[in-house]
Amino acid sequence: MKWFLDLFSSSLGRKVLMALTGLFLILFLAVHLAGNLQLLKDDGGKAFNIYADFMGHNPLIQFVSKGNFALILIHAIWGIFLTIKNRKARGPVGYAISNKSSVWASRNMGILGTLILIFLVIHLKDFYAQAHFGSLSTQVYDGKEVTDLYTQVAYWFKVEWYVILYVVCMAALGFHLWHGFASVFQSLGLNHLKYNPVINFVGKTFAVVVPFAFAIIPIFMYLGITI
Amino acid sequence: MKLTLKIWRQKSKDDKGFFKTYVHNHVSPDMSFLEMLDVLNTELIKKNEEPVHFDHDCREGICGMCSLYINGKPHGPLQTTTCQLHMRSFSDGETITIEPWRASAFPVVKDLVVDRAAFDRIQQAGGYVNVNTGGVPDANVIPIAKKLADEAMDAAACIGCGACVAACKNASAMLFVSAKISQFALLPQGQVERKERAEKMVAQMDAEGFGSCTNTYACEAECPKGIKITNIARMNREYLSAMLSSYKIESKGGGD
Repeated sequence: MKWFLDLFSSSLGRKVLMALTGLFLILFLAVHLAGNLQLLKDDGGKAFNIYADFMGHNPLIQFVSKGNFALILIHAIWGIFLTIKNRKARGPVGYAISNKSSVWASRNMGILGTLILIFLVIHLKDFYAQAHFGSLSTQVYDGKEVTDLYTQVAYWFKVEWYVILYVVCMAALGFHLWHGFASVFQSLGLNHLKYNPVINFVGKTFAVVVPFAFAIIPIFMYLGITI
Repeated sequence: MKLTLKIWRQKSKDDKGFFKTYVHNHVSPDMSFLEMLDVLNTELIKKNEEPVHFDHDCREGICGMCSLYINGKPHGPLQTTTCQLHMRSFSDGETITIEPWRASAFPVVKDLVVDRAAFDRIQQAGGYVNVNTGGVPDANVIPIAKKLADEAMDAAACIGCGACVAACKNASAMLFVSAKISQFALLPQGQVERKERAEKMVAQMDAEGFGSCTNTYACEAECPKGIKITNIARMNREYLSAMLSSYKIESKGGGD
């Protein structure tokens, strides 16, 4: 299996690992957004709480969720590792004037990723950890008792700095995806004149729509708008 | 034209190096960038000062020897080689910062001269084809689609100057290596060593200490020969499929 280790320790193999983990995290974002949009329903959080309870107790979802945490860690740690290695490749002396011939987001994936990681820690502490290990109150819907995660979310989405932080981090996510989505396919070698326009269009649309939809939830809840 | 030049001076590989500012009063807009430096050097020699060392050879834009990182761009503001860059691309009174290529795999030899032998070693690792010797074969003996021949030719236009490495924020050599892999991978003559070539050239590229590609595409924007990043995607494909499917070669000897 030496060839397998060689593959993933090569510069190209490392890119593949970033691409594959990134691709899974893109799918995760889409699923997470679908769930979150239920926060905007005008039902006092019933739909969201039932959904959160299902996600928290379904064994298959829980299994995928643990895998998702692992992939986030791999993506982040591998990204830091690659950034350090790439910095070293520049050599002992850097440029007095740096090159700006590429898109800003592409050059700053490390900074954008770090912002997203900081956001994730805060996000997990206040929501995931509270739902799983905290002592949140419960609600009874149709005879079933479920954790009232909605009230917890609604509390934080009334806090001004929290909403601002949330929106700023979603902007960072947007820029991260602006580069990341199409980059996945380039790294995997999937570049073809027939498919490039589709990949680019879907990638750019995803990078704008998904973070925008995520950001709209705390803004609406802060302003008390329901749909 | 009058120019202020901020030029990187470094006595030797192990010297620390620093920027020195020169005021250049005798610049014609018709001079090439290298001719402008020639004039500066003549003045420095007259004053008994050490001239500025820089790489150059054909001065026709085809050899890949000239370099220079000018105002944050390899080969300067135009997408051409430094020797084909003329002073009319700059304005009177401008300050121009001239730096050597910066990469740990391209150590500075002196001033603006860097050692690009790492590229030669990558080529030696697999950038060749084994073909029968003899007379020139007749035209159209080897069937190949026009589109593929054109793409191979476009990749072969790479002159190995290293501007891609200089432009890349990771000092990655992937545009160069991918062009060299592509020019053969697309041709029938390149099929014999196809997998071996991808494996060996990528391994050598990594051993030289170049960074990895983060798909910023600064290389494509700066390449004087217009090498496309589709080549990098092709290299990724070639390398991945080679690593997953190539035979493990064990030498036994004795011919069996």
